[in-house]
This record gives sequence, structure tokens and C-alpha cells, in this order.
Amino acid sequence: MLRLWLEAFRYLKRLNYCLQIINSLNLTMLNKSLNLNKNIFDKKVEALPTRDGYGKGLVEAGQKDERVVALCADLTESTRTEWFKEKFPERFVQIGVAEQLLATVASGMANYGKIPFIASYAAFSPGRNWEQIRTTIALNDVPVKIAGCHAGISVGPDGATHQPLEDLATMRAMPNMIVVYPCDAEEARKATIEAAFNGKPTYLRFAREKTPVVTTKDTPFKIGQAEVFWEDRDPQVAIIATGPLLYEALVAAKKLSASRINSLVINCHTIKPIDEQAVTKAAKLTGAVVTVEEHQITGGLGGEYCGCCEEGDKKKKHLTCDKVKYVCFE
Amino acid sequence: MDKLSFEDLGKKANGIRKDIIKMLLAAGSGHSAGPLGMADVFTALYFNILNHKPEEPMWEDRDRLFLSCGHIAPVRYVTMAHAGYFPKTWLKKLRKLDSPLQGHPERKRLPALETTSGPLGSGLAQASGYAYASRMDNKRFRVFCITSDGEHDAGNHWEAVLFAGKNRLSNLTSFVDRNNIQIDGHTEDVMPLEPLRAKYEAFNWHVLHIDGHNMEEIIDAVNHARAVYEKPTAIICHTVPGKGVSFMENMYEWHGKPPNEDEAERALHELRTLGGKIKGEHE
Repeated sequence: MLRLWLEAFRYLKRLNYCLQIINSLNLTMLNKSLNLNKNIFDKKVEALPTRDGYGKGLVEAGQKDERVVALCADLTESTRTEWFKEKFPERFVQIGVAEQLLATVASGMANYGKIPFIASYAAFSPGRNWEQIRTTIALNDVPVKIAGCHAGISVGPDGATHQPLEDLATMRAMPNMIVVYPCDAEEARKATIEAAFNGKPTYLRFAREKTPVVTTKDTPFKIGQAEVFWEDRDPQVAIIATGPLLYEALVAAKKLSASRINSLVINCHTIKPIDEQAVTKAAKLTGAVVTVEEHQITGGLGGEYCGCCEEGDKKKKHLTCDKVKYVCFE
Repeated sequence: MDKLSFEDLGKKANGIRKDIIKMLLAAGSGHSAGPLGMADVFTALYFNILNHKPEEPMWEDRDRLFLSCGHIAPVRYVTMAHAGYFPKTWLKKLRKLDSPLQGHPERKRLPALETTSGPLGSGLAQASGYAYASRMDNKRFRVFCITSDGEHDAGNHWEAVLFAGKNRLSNLTSFVDRNNIQIDGHTEDVMPLEPLRAKYEAFNWHVLHIDGHNMEEIIDAVNHARAVYEKPTAIICHTVPGKGVSFMENMYEWHGKPPNEDEAERALHELRTLGGKIKGEHE
């Protein structure tokens, strides 16, 4: 009896070993050159909200340059501006519940020569101060960094009023504005630091909920440069994702792979200017594109992608939009 | 820049009014009442109050002048041309495609405009941010802001009044062009602002009331504001919209339109012949 048990145990152990090999085979489809988190498909993968990355990045940017200042509209703790405030109290400005003031005071400070970061929930900033951002930041072309926290439907229980799905559209339409939507907390940290020194008005979009950390400290990041995170051999479909949903795109790619559908996943963290070369190359290579974002298609990544489709790809373009809708509102 | 005497300032303001009429006629659109009403304040600023160098417009230590009510840009353009910032021939380019003199000011098109403005209610907040940032670095220049009374309807403006009061921005001085008109009618009919002084005081500002056409009062008020260390100062300038042109004075219909040829001729005639009289009023 004991021997039988041991046999069974050995068999299970071997099976587990085989499964591990299969798993690792799948992992090889992750782009090795990017030093991504090797545990991303583990159940215990480290998860952090992207706003944490903003908080860390802001402190680091503040350490690098004294011109960096942070303004907040009565949401200092939840936007993680608190961490900057604790470190550099003299460079923190409390604005109160006044998002239009948040944008305009920051415009004046940037005009003077500071590098202001303004943080609130995306539903309020850039939700409530669109015109102030347009006239005093975008048209003025002063380097204010707008951090829209708690963006998208993943805010969940707070309800529709607090789930902005329009902010990418409104910020994309601004002249001079750079729009970045990091995929995880680590990328958010890097994006925040890079934005501090790009000299341009920049919109950074963050989420409230914890999501898996896909990248590592050593993963390359450059605003405006999309990276291929997953690539099967001879991919039939390209998944272009932005923000924390990138992780879900990778999970989907893994599942598709198991069903023998080869795919390619692009992390398109910069919505504007979009990496046209990377996304059109992916479209040509695969002939089918799905864009994934926590935002409306209109004006979001889907819209931006359609904008860089070639004329001949019109049919493809419509197909894309339908699929985006499916993914978005599933 | 050399400071002009009170008498010369009055003459200068009259010359600026004439050029405003000419430039509006050439442009064929634009605002008449506000620019004429603020000609004295702008003249006092550029020819007496401001510490600036027209030949070096972006001089680091210049006093900053923010124009919140961007629609009165013609008076700023004309005054800057008179002060030597750019040739007066440019004034014919008002509102033309690619001109540095856009219908509403654009910071990147003309040096020392300080900001882009037009949409109302946001200028004081920008000036406050600027004053706050420059104080962090112990800069000694002053930040001035010109606001219209009509834009006091806007929430963003009062947010800025709160902010500047909270932070005791004594390096900030705001002029309120209290001409009592806005596009749809008299301010007190559209959205009553009075008691305006009490409102500012309640928001922790120091407040002065002056005749916005009296050079001595304008300059005195700014000197007074310089001496107030614990608060920002609002100078409520009572002005006559369309000042100097009888058929435009106090008529809100002239807020947003330019004179036609006949009207311009009459206006210029009045400004020429009344030159002495305008000066007389202040003596």
C-alpha cells in the first residue's frame, strides 16, 4: 500500500515537473530582452496600484531637481502626493477642492520656471478644468504635469461619477500635450520621472486598484516608444494594450497560445505621440489588431490607432473598432 | 525706462487712444470700450510704474504684467508699441493671420506678454501661481494682474482670490477694471458684484478704490500696494468704458465692436480736440 502511495506521489511530482516545463516554454514568448517580471503568471505576483509609482517617481524627480513642485486638490493621500509633501513640505502647494485653480496656479508656476505636478482624480482633473488646461497650459505650452488618478472603470464601487472614460480623449485633443498611461507601478515611476524633464505639458493616467507589476527596474522605458512584450512565432493577431490592462492582454496571449492562436502583445504606454511605426508594423505583420484600454474607443487608444491606419486599411480599421468595443465593455 | 511726468502721461494716454481707434478700424473687428477705458492705467504702468526694459523684453528682473481679460489686448499692444517693444507699423497687423498681435494675446507670439489669455477668470490664478513661485526663490520683482469686472462672475477668479489671500501674496497687485459693463449689459444687471470691496476684504485682500483715469491716483495706489507686506492688494479702478469718445462712453454696446470709418473719424476728431479737456479734468 505504502509503495503504491509512493508511486503515485512520484508520478504527481513528475507531472508537476512537466507542467513547469510547459509553463516555462510559454514564458519564453515574453520578450526576454526587456527584463520583465518573471513571475507575472504566478498567482502570487506582486501587485501595486500605479498611483504608488507616481508617488515614488515624484519624490525621485524632486530629489533630482529643485524646480519640481507638487500641487494637490485636497486628495493628497490617495494621489500619493503625500510622499512628496512629507519629503519636501516647502515645495508642496495645497489648493483645496478647486481643480480649475489647480491647473491655473500650476500654469503660472510653470511659466515662472518651476516643474509643477498637479494631482487629483481624473474625473475632476482633467475632468473639470479642461478649458483652463487648454488655454493656460496647452496653448501656453508650459510644462505642467497632470496626474489623473483613479482613472477608468476599475475605480468600481465609487460609481459612474468617479469612473472617467473620457480623459484620454480630452487630453489627446490638446495641442502640445503628451499623453502617457503606464502599465504598472514601476512603469508609472519611470514615466513620472521622465515627464518631469521633457519640457512639455504632459498627462499621466493612473489607477486606484492594485494590478500586477509586469515590468522591472531594468525594463527599458521611453515616452513615445512602444515595446513588444509578447511574441509568438508567426503571430495571427496583434494585441495593442495600454495601462494596467496590459497584464490582462498578456494573460489572454498566453491562453490564446495554448489554443494555438499565435499573438503579439504591444505595451503602448504613450497614447500621444503614438509609436506609429510599432503599431502599424504589428498590424501589417498580423493582419488583425485588437486594442485594449480602460477608456472609450472614441478618443482613446483605439481612436489614436485608427488615426494612424493607412487609407487601404479602412476595413481593418472598422473591424478593429468593433473588437475594441467588445473588449472594453465585456 | 525713464518715468513720465503726470502731465506727459495724460498726453501719452491720449495718443494711445488715437492709435487704438486706428488699429481697430484697420482690423475690422475687436473691442473698443475696454481698451479706451484702460488706456490711462496701461500708460501709467508702462511709462511710470513697471520696472522693465522694452529693448530687452524678457529681462529676468522685469515686473510681470498679466492681462487676464485678454479681449482688451489692443490697449496693451498700442502701449507696448509706444514704449518701444516693437515698431508701431505692426499695429496694423492686429487680428491678422500669423500676426504677433492676435485678437487675444498669445504668449509665444510676442515677448513679455507673459501669458495667453482671453477665456475669462483664469488670469489672476496664473498671476498668483507666478507670484507664489517667484517668492519661493526670493525674487524681488512684482507681479501685476489686470482683470475686468465682468470676469468676476467666474468661479476660477474667486478661487484665485482665496488662494492669494491664504498665501498672503504681497508681491501680487491686481487691478480691477470697474467699468460696470459686460457684453450682455451692466454688471449689476447681469450678475451683481457689489459690495466688491467687502468681498475682497472678506477674502483677506487689501483694497484700494481709485479713479482709473487719474494718473496720480493710479501711481499712488501702486506705491501704497508696495508698502502692504501682509496681503495682496486689489486696486479697484473706476473707469469709463469708451473713455474719450463721447458716443462710446458708458455704452455696453461698444464692448465688442470696432468703429466703422465714419465713427473712427469722429472719434479721432474728438480725441484730437478734447486732448486739452481730458488733461484739464485731472488738474
